[in-house]
Order: sequence, then C-alpha cells, then structure tokens
Amino acid sequence: MPFEATIASFAHALVDPSRPAPAATRRGDGRPVERRFAVYRNNVAVALIGALEARYPVVRRLVGDDFFRAMAGAYVAAEKPRAPTLIHYGDSFPDFVAGFPPAGAVAYLADVARLENAWIEAYHAAEAAPLGLDALAATAPDAFETLRFRPHPAARLLRFAHPAASIWAASQGESEPRPPEIWAAEEALVTRPDADVFVRVLPPGGFAFAAALFSGASLGEAAALAAADGFDPGAHLVGLIEAGAFQSPISQEP
Amino acid sequence: MTGLKLASARGVGLLPGRAGVGFKPEHFEAILADAGEVGFFEVHAETYMGDGGPPHRRLEAIRAAYPLSLHGVGLSIGSPRPLDRDHLQRLKGLIGRYQPAQFSEHLAWSSHDEGFLADLLPLPYDDETLAIVCRHIDQTQEALGTRMLLENPSTYVQFSDSAIAETEFLAEIARRTGCGLLLDVNNVHVSATNHGFDPFAYLAAFPLRHVGEIHLAGYADATDDEGAPLLIDAHNSPVRAAVWALYQETVGRLGPTPTLIEWDNDVPAWPVLVDEARRADAAMARRADATGLRHAV
Repeated sequence: MPFEATIASFAHALVDPSRPAPAATRRGDGRPVERRFAVYRNNVAVALIGALEARYPVVRRLVGDDFFRAMAGAYVAAEKPRAPTLIHYGDSFPDFVAGFPPAGAVAYLADVARLENAWIEAYHAAEAAPLGLDALAATAPDAFETLRFRPHPAARLLRFAHPAASIWAASQGESEPRPPEIWAAEEALVTRPDADVFVRVLPPGGFAFAAALFSGASLGEAAALAAADGFDPGAHLVGLIEAGAFQSPISQEP
Repeated sequence: MTGLKLASARGVGLLPGRAGVGFKPEHFEAILADAGEVGFFEVHAETYMGDGGPPHRRLEAIRAAYPLSLHGVGLSIGSPRPLDRDHLQRLKGLIGRYQPAQFSEHLAWSSHDEGFLADLLPLPYDDETLAIVCRHIDQTQEALGTRMLLENPSTYVQFSDSAIAETEFLAEIARRTGCGLLLDVNNVHVSATNHGFDPFAYLAAFPLRHVGEIHLAGYADATDDEGAPLLIDAHNSPVRAAVWALYQETVGRLGPTPTLIEWDNDVPAWPVLVDEARRADAAMARRADATGLRHAV
C-alpha cells in the first residue's frame, strides 16, 4: 500500500472508534490487533483531554472530573489541534461549553471558561514593560485629553452575564467554593505585568472605558464614551495603570 | 548534508557524558537550590512556543546554569505530508534563543488532515518511507542549521508491508542524512516485548556509533487481544530492571553517553528523580571502571 494511503487509513481509524484497526497493521496470521491499536486512541484522548484539564482547572472543579472528562471528550472528538503547539489548544472550548446541552443547567460555566482561557493567554503572552504612574506624572495636565495608550500584550478585557470572576476567585483555594453573595453581571481585566497573572473585577463603566483605550481612543474620547453619573475617568485610569494594563510608553499623537 | 555544522562548532557545547533529567516546573526551586545534581536538562520544544511568560523565565534560568537538550514532539518527520514550515520556524526561533547543545525528534508522525493527533504514531519501513524520512531530516537540518538526532520509537502495532528492519532503517537514515540517533532503551524493551523480538539482538544491530544521547523511562503494563503482555511507553514511573540491564549493556559498548531520565507523568519529588539520574551515572561509571576508559564518547 502507498505510504499516503497507509497513514490516511491509520489516521481515520484513530479518530473514529467505530472503525476497526487499519488493515495494514493486521498481523499476517490474522491475529487481532484491536487492543494494540486502542493504545494509540487512548494516547490521543489522554493527551488532548489532559491539555483541557490543565487549561480549565476551575471549570473542571465546578462540574467534577467525570462530567469534565465527558465534555472534554466531546470537544476533542469535534476539534483537533490545528498545530503541534498544545499550549494553545482549547481556545474555542468556552464556545463549545456554551453550546453543550448537558452543561446548560450551569449557565455561568462558559463565562468561567472564557476567564480561564484569558488567564492562560496572559500567562503565555509576550513580555513588555508595563506603563507606570510616573509616566502620567511627567505629562502636562492640559495634554491629558490627547493621551493614547497601548494595551499590554498580556491584558485581556472580559464581560460576563454572570459573576464569573467572583466564582473563579472563590474556586482558587483548597476549601469548598461558596457562591458569590451578589449575583450580578461582571466585567474583568486579566493582566500579567511581570511574572504573575492577575484577575480584577472592574468597577461600573470600567469595561467601556478600558475597551475604548485599548482600541486606540484618546483619554478624552474614552472618558466621553464611558461618561455616566459619578464616573471618574482619572480613578479608572490610575486603576488600569496600577494593574499593568498598558505598555510603555504613552503617546500624544492625535 | 552539505553546510551542516555540529552543535559544538556553533560554540554552544555538547551535552556531558552523564545523566540528565527532563525539566519540570514543579522542581524549579529545588533545582536552583541544588546546583550540579544532574548533568543537563531536556525540555519538550513545544512547551516553550508561547511568546513569553513564566515558562520562558524558568527556562532562561535553567539554561544559564546547565547544558540544555531540546526535544521536539510535534514535527511529524515520519509523515508522507510535507513538513510544517511554521513549526520549523518556531523550532528555529527556540534554538536561536536558547542555543541548546542539541536538538532531537522522533521517527514517527503526528499530524494529518484531522489535525495534530498528539501522539508519536508509527510508520512502515520500506524504500518509499525511507526516502521521505530522509528528505524531511535533510530539510529540518537545513532549516535549523544544526545536526539533529532521531529517536527510535515505542510501537504497539507493526505494518504487514514493512520490508526493512528498524535498526537497518535508522542506520540508513543516519548514513544518508548525517543525522545522529537518540537511542531510547525503554522503547527498545517496550517494542521488543510487544512484538516478540530479542532486545539484545536489536541493540547488537543498532548503529551505535551514531548515538548522541540515550533515553531511559518507566513503562506501564497492559495486555493485548490475546492476553499477552503489552507494554506502554508511559513515562510515569521508575526505570525498570529489564531496562537498566539493557542500559548497562548499551553503555558497556558505548561508554559514557548523555542519558536522560524521562518522567513526564505522575512527576516525582526532585530527590527521586536525582536518584534515578545517579543510578544511570553509576552504570556509566561501572563501565568506565571495567574498561579503564574515561571518555569513549
């Protein structure tokens, strides 16, 4: 059999458990090889499900090992990695969770998955010197309106219909996680200004303000977009800078 | 193999003829507190293909203190399909950044139309597959600018139309491409058990002069369709007695050789891993004592 056909039949049988082991691997005397071939199927499942377990530990904790394994198994059957870099595998798992009917009763699960995906993206993101508050101190007050900021490569903004960041935070310790006291939508910022990844819940208006700055709006434009009763753009900006949301330097280009 | 340079010629040094271990982040603090316990560290290249962050910070600290071996698990050299150019570029970037003493990959395939299948999958051995594997190794060595080592696989099935013995296949690859070989002694024992051949005869037929590194690992026990022993290359436990015996035989012929303890799953405490490495060092020292040789390689 040509090499291409041999490998194609092996790959087809590997991803489809209803197929028998490929004919090319059968022993000349006709002895069965199904359990031998099953080692390869098991290796693939263990590696890919294991990658999801490592990426989504809180989702796993929230639903339990057995449920997670079944849900991850369904994802793995539908979505194989497109590249050999398994550290990036599973970035579409949150969308899969959102559309996975057996998880429908846990409405916040997909939001928690989105947060965990952002966490691991921040963990592997490029290094960059975060912008410090000293840069603001060096700016003339009448130039503030025109300042523009560049998001730090690790910074991720998220908006949840559920208190996903609080649920995530409550699941970090050893003890049994408690449900949040206030059940409300949350907005969160994930950053890694140096070695450690941080997750912060943003105050009201914070997402719109930060998203505008991240997409290149000037400070004046972003403040206007986020304007609401009691919204203090100065306090929000200081909070974002202290979180390491931007990279150095700032610019004053129009 | 024109234009290839040995790693030593690039000024990055060779791995020492002693035992090393796979680097695991959970051992990071113990390693830095415990300098010199092992001769080198090896890492899976794909684990370090993120842009930045803690993995790179740790690897930089390890690389500053130890020789490094870069081991790929995703290049799919044994596939009929062309090599992934993007992946070669990622490997090249890592080699440029960390200047490892050597780079190794597997006689296996892992990607096809379905995607990356996250396992080291077997191929038949014949003239057609030999030519393709050699072409892929030529392309890899050319793209990376370094000589690579190719590792013998653990296999659970064989192909009815394989026409060349694995040892002969590897010898011919090394002859045609100039690549070195990574002899995984655990893989020899696993495959020998699974397919009913004599592992010592395999060693006797193996082109040892091309070996630049040895791997040792633990395996798991299972049974095949007929209840016969089927060993799984699990990297989750200590090296077993049968593999130590094969290793002693190997270093008896080869002399001190960079030897990696692979323990990737159910990773033990640091001192347990160090003990395994010391055992490999002791096996190499026994050989040196017996022959009076200090450095045969």
